[in-house]
Amino acid sequence: MQKINMRQMKQRQSGKISAIRARGELGRRMRDMGLVPGTVFTVKGRAPLKDPVALRIAGFTLTLRNSEADFIEVEVE
Amino acid sequence: MGHTIALAGNPNSGKTTLFNSLTGARQQVGNYPGVTVEKKTGVYKINGLELTLVDLPGTYSMTAYSLEEVIARDFIATEKPAVVVDIVDAANLERNLYLTLQIIEMGVPVCIALNMIDVAEGRGVRIDAERLSDLLGVPVVPTVARSGRGKRQLMEAAATAADIPSRAKGPDVSYGADIDNALSEMEPLISEAGFLVQYYPARWVALKYLEADEQIVSAGQAADPVLSSRLVQIADRVASHLSATLDTDPESVIADQRFGFIKSIIRQGVVRVDNEQNRLYLSDKIDRVLINRLAGPVIMAGVVLLLYHLTFALSEVPAAWMESGFGALRGLADAHMAEGMLKSLVISGIIDGVGGVLGFVPIILLMFVGITILEDSGYLARVAFMLDRVFKVFGLHGSSVMPFIVSGGIAGGCAVPGVMAARTLKSPKERLATLLTVPFMNCGAKLPVFALLIGAFFAGYKAWVMFAVTVISWAGALLVARLLRMTVIRGEPTPFIMELPPYRLPTLQGVIIHAWERTWQYIRKAGTVILAISVLLWAMMSFPTLPEQRAEMFGPGQQAELARAELQYSVAGRIGTSLEPATSLAGFDWRTNIALVGGFAAKEVIVSTMGTAYSMGEVDAEKSSGLSARLSNSDHWSPLTAFALIIFVMFYSPCFVAVVCIAREAGSWKWALFSMGFNTVLAFLLAVAVYQAGSLLGF
Repeated sequence: MQKINMRQMKQRQSGKISAIRARGELGRRMRDMGLVPGTVFTVKGRAPLKDPVALRIAGFTLTLRNSEADFIEVEVE
Repeated sequence: MGHTIALAGNPNSGKTTLFNSLTGARQQVGNYPGVTVEKKTGVYKINGLELTLVDLPGTYSMTAYSLEEVIARDFIATEKPAVVVDIVDAANLERNLYLTLQIIEMGVPVCIALNMIDVAEGRGVRIDAERLSDLLGVPVVPTVARSGRGKRQLMEAAATAADIPSRAKGPDVSYGADIDNALSEMEPLISEAGFLVQYYPARWVALKYLEADEQIVSAGQAADPVLSSRLVQIADRVASHLSATLDTDPESVIADQRFGFIKSIIRQGVVRVDNEQNRLYLSDKIDRVLINRLAGPVIMAGVVLLLYHLTFALSEVPAAWMESGFGALRGLADAHMAEGMLKSLVISGIIDGVGGVLGFVPIILLMFVGITILEDSGYLARVAFMLDRVFKVFGLHGSSVMPFIVSGGIAGGCAVPGVMAARTLKSPKERLATLLTVPFMNCGAKLPVFALLIGAFFAGYKAWVMFAVTVISWAGALLVARLLRMTVIRGEPTPFIMELPPYRLPTLQGVIIHAWERTWQYIRKAGTVILAISVLLWAMMSFPTLPEQRAEMFGPGQQAELARAELQYSVAGRIGTSLEPATSLAGFDWRTNIALVGGFAAKEVIVSTMGTAYSMGEVDAEKSSGLSARLSNSDHWSPLTAFALIIFVMFYSPCFVAVVCIAREAGSWKWALFSMGFNTVLAFLLAVAVYQAGSLLGF
């Protein structure tokens, strides 16, 4: 178990959000879409230019830019 | 007399499908006051009761974060619907209940539609609706919006909930000791002062102060500054305490507690999963191909090209019918009206104006059928996902791609549906930048102008010049977007946190209603303004009339010369002539200037007006070889002049139909006028630069 930045995750790698450091509008938007500590997800894929990234969460798929993923710390195996 | 029922829910929860299924074609579309967000209302009859349904904008939350959320929240607070029906995606319960909980917090009667229950069941997820209802304290009705299953039961439950005056009290959510204590301290202060309570429950107002909700705090500041400051003080105290002890803020704590509450509900026997969790669903399998890093872009290019060609090819037929219909009308007026100004007004002002407005209808309708299919199927979100990286560089958004392509990113589009297609963009700044730059694309009406000039001066390398023209317009549009985003529309990029909805087959009803609404709005709202401007432009090109003694100097065989003299004498002609000293810097003489003034009506007019100015009579834009030969033999013209004119036509003011659409979509005439002024100045500077640099280099 180690903690890494979401940007560093590989295709199809799974993880659990341990902390979100975004405040203000970005932080609120992340929470509203279900990105909260404890959320388990898998990296579904990246766009052709490697940015944004698509995340598969329990019942749905979310996308976010790498610059936004930087605010998310993830626990991975 | 019936109740008003508001439909709320997450985007992609099937809310609009349910609304369509309930109200059918009996819908009214308008706008919420002062904004461009659509407000749809409809009627559902049940047991002799007439329920008015309002489709609120789809939102993930009830903060004051986006325009949609503010509208949904304000509607619930100020219009006080009898019930809010919250459409919840059963296959995605946890995230959807986050909104549910916030609606319940607002103290309105809520009724939950547990939608797409079939999809959830298909995935082996079983939901105990009764248990959920008990735990949340609100009725829960399983539905399938597509087939209409459960919709009657839902409306019965909603009508019952509306009739019971004692509002079912929602669950007491604990937000943790720090927040709960602050709430208990603030709530009595708010209740006693009657602070904002006409709209909101006291506890909710307290919660919003803790969340530092800008809208509520500023409303509170206006209503009672003393109490408001007191509440802000309490909230600040909690915030600094949380920051010091837990390195977090009240907003995050409140959100975490809401999700915690939802998780605890779900664990109390609401959801039972038969299959293993997280298996790949059909959408994930499709995505393995469609957003594959190699295959994805290729398929996307194919889909976009197909949409483009189908739309423009299919719309040609009805457009031709309309054209011949208006041609017949023109012939009728020509044959039966006495010569004179009234006839000219009817033919050139009114019939051509109305024809111009309606001529766009087939293409708008078909374009929106195509875009709605792409959007409702879930593919458009993937296109935005794949292209976001490119558009982000220029301060735009992945979703900007459709408006650009429709407007003529592949030469031959039209900025009118392009501007309207920008509605799929949810981020305000990126949307405005898109609206202002799509008119640089090469629409179908600019092509005859290019064809005329290329035919006259670059006949040897037609394909190359056309290719260069496409590249220049894209480069220009993207660079201007970047410039605008660094100056007048400055600001941080809107977060790209977006849902990739599961692939779904669009419903026929949804596609037809959506495409028709857009088209009807265009006809109704834009049509009237466009007709007025069309008449104004006609007047500018007809008045003042040539004095009789001068008109008499032209013999019967000199119709074309007479037309030229009349045009030169008109307001437009005078504008053209007076601008000549300035425009000669770009190599344009008065004839070109008049044509460009006329081109504001529609870019097609440029060619025909040039024909009149060169005493060639009316020139058909499609058959301009005579004019082409005339230009290439003229001393005034060189390939350089032609190129400068191509650049000018590419970048100058959008035609007024597009301008009216920009005003509507941007929500203000300010931006429409900006686009006319800014684009024309930019085009002029570019044309001068091309002409002067070219002259220096000896072209």
